[in-house]
Amino acid sequence: MLKDITLGQYFPGDTVIHRLDPRTKIVMVGVFLVALFSSGGLIPMLIPALFLAMVIALSKVRVRLLIRNLKPLIIILSFTGFINLFMTPGEPLVSVWIFTVTLEGIERAVVLVTRIVMMIMGTFILTYTTTPMTLTDGIESLMSPLKWLRVPVHELTIIMSMALRFIPALIEETDKIMSAQKARGADFETGNLLKRAKALIPLLIPLFISAIRRAEELAIAMESRCYHGGEGRTRMRQLQFAARDFLTGLVGVLLLVAVFGIRGLLQ
Amino acid sequence: MQHLIETKDLTFAYRKAERDGPDASSVSLVLSDLNFAIEPGSFVAIVGANGSGKSTLAKLFNGILLPSGGRAYVDGMDTLDERLILEIRRRVGLVFQNPDNQIVSNIVEDDVAFAPENLGIAPTEIRERVDEALKAVGMYDLRRHAPHLLSGGQKQRVAIAGVIAMRPKCIVLDEPTAMLDPVGRKEVLETIRQLNREHGITVVLITHHMSECIDAARLVVMANGEIVLDGTPQTIFTQVEQLEEIGLTVPTTTALLHKLKAEGIDLPLNALTIDDCAKVIVDTM
Repeated sequence: MLKDITLGQYFPGDTVIHRLDPRTKIVMVGVFLVALFSSGGLIPMLIPALFLAMVIALSKVRVRLLIRNLKPLIIILSFTGFINLFMTPGEPLVSVWIFTVTLEGIERAVVLVTRIVMMIMGTFILTYTTTPMTLTDGIESLMSPLKWLRVPVHELTIIMSMALRFIPALIEETDKIMSAQKARGADFETGNLLKRAKALIPLLIPLFISAIRRAEELAIAMESRCYHGGEGRTRMRQLQFAARDFLTGLVGVLLLVAVFGIRGLLQ
Repeated sequence: MQHLIETKDLTFAYRKAERDGPDASSVSLVLSDLNFAIEPGSFVAIVGANGSGKSTLAKLFNGILLPSGGRAYVDGMDTLDERLILEIRRRVGLVFQNPDNQIVSNIVEDDVAFAPENLGIAPTEIRERVDEALKAVGMYDLRRHAPHLLSGGQKQRVAIAGVIAMRPKCIVLDEPTAMLDPVGRKEVLETIRQLNREHGITVVLITHHMSECIDAARLVVMANGEIVLDGTPQTIFTQVEQLEEIGLTVPTTTALLHKLKAEGIDLPLNALTIDDCAKVIVDTM
């Protein structure tokens, strides 16, 4: 189960999407989300959907992988779907006992569920095709105006990149501890919610201890490699916009124009 | 010639927990009055049982820990001088036991670039240094890989490359093979030897495996925060009883020769490799 978590993981590749400047990608995720949430109905949503499909095809990320990430969200997705399906007022289509399905309800449920699914897929494409280091470089660069307001931008981004770096290690560790506890008779799967939550304590305590120990060792190793904050630090990879980034920006503008245009036409 | 690393009456003590009382004994001494020096280009192994203070010593070499008494010098620079700390750390690279906790990036070459980036080196030169470091440890072909998908030995070689990229004069390795399988151990030791021989980097290998010290030109044995023996591995391994008293096990070759000698067969005790050992036994018979 834990092996399914690919949050923040990077899959090496050499596609156009991989080579895009991280800043472009971050901004495009924002543009995509705006387009997605501004498209009110099923028809306008086809545009961000088309855009997403294009990006997935270009990035060569396996669709199966993207779908696998949705598994932990099944409950939220079905909940959202059901509520909207039955609670939306409108023309009754079918009515069973207290449940009434309306045409509007179907549309809303489909729109909301696909919206969440597309939102997750879009953001995952970002982390799949961008190394955490470049991603944080991008964020640091985009947030650098905040340095004038004395926001510790470099510190925040290095914390983020370390967190991303240690996700696979901590997942592996959790798996190991779980197996060790199971081997000694721990039961994580049965019982009511309270009982299951309690069963997690012997999992969380060793996990926290090991995370703290790792953090300390990492800090010493970083200091040994002359880390002393962001001051005077250079980068091997300089961020540089290329022609493809401007082209992508243009696609972004088109995406927004198309979504708002169609919305205007339909109203 | 100036010593690369030199300690003068180096003492290090941890303060014990409050509950033990504020009296003088609340300080636990880890290292006491250490005086020794490491020459440029040498290969020194430091061995000692757990708690002998050898890991503490490693961290004193580059100013991660600061002496409680006495001084530690790197290239004549005092580790207590805060202004020199980056210059000292650049010269003495530390490699630790667990490669997973030293690697900072999800891509091998980005990780190796970490130290030169911290030093504020120009991007094109960082690229050069990263390639050079990765080639030196034989990981150049895997430069685009994710570290968590590599084997233990490969990860540790990446960690070594991450230190080599600073172009240090000396690398100090604190039990670099403790978490590795025999294959990984061999890989890492071979890499260390090459760095010393071909690139002229001073190596200080801290370990509790006596068999890993065979290649070192000099062996320093520590016990209870003090240096008890200091010499070539050949001379030190002959002192089997004393080593065992400290809690160290000699390599099986030496153990065998020692037992044979105890049985009354006259043998030289200084054959360390398996081949040498076999030859000595054949010659005697």
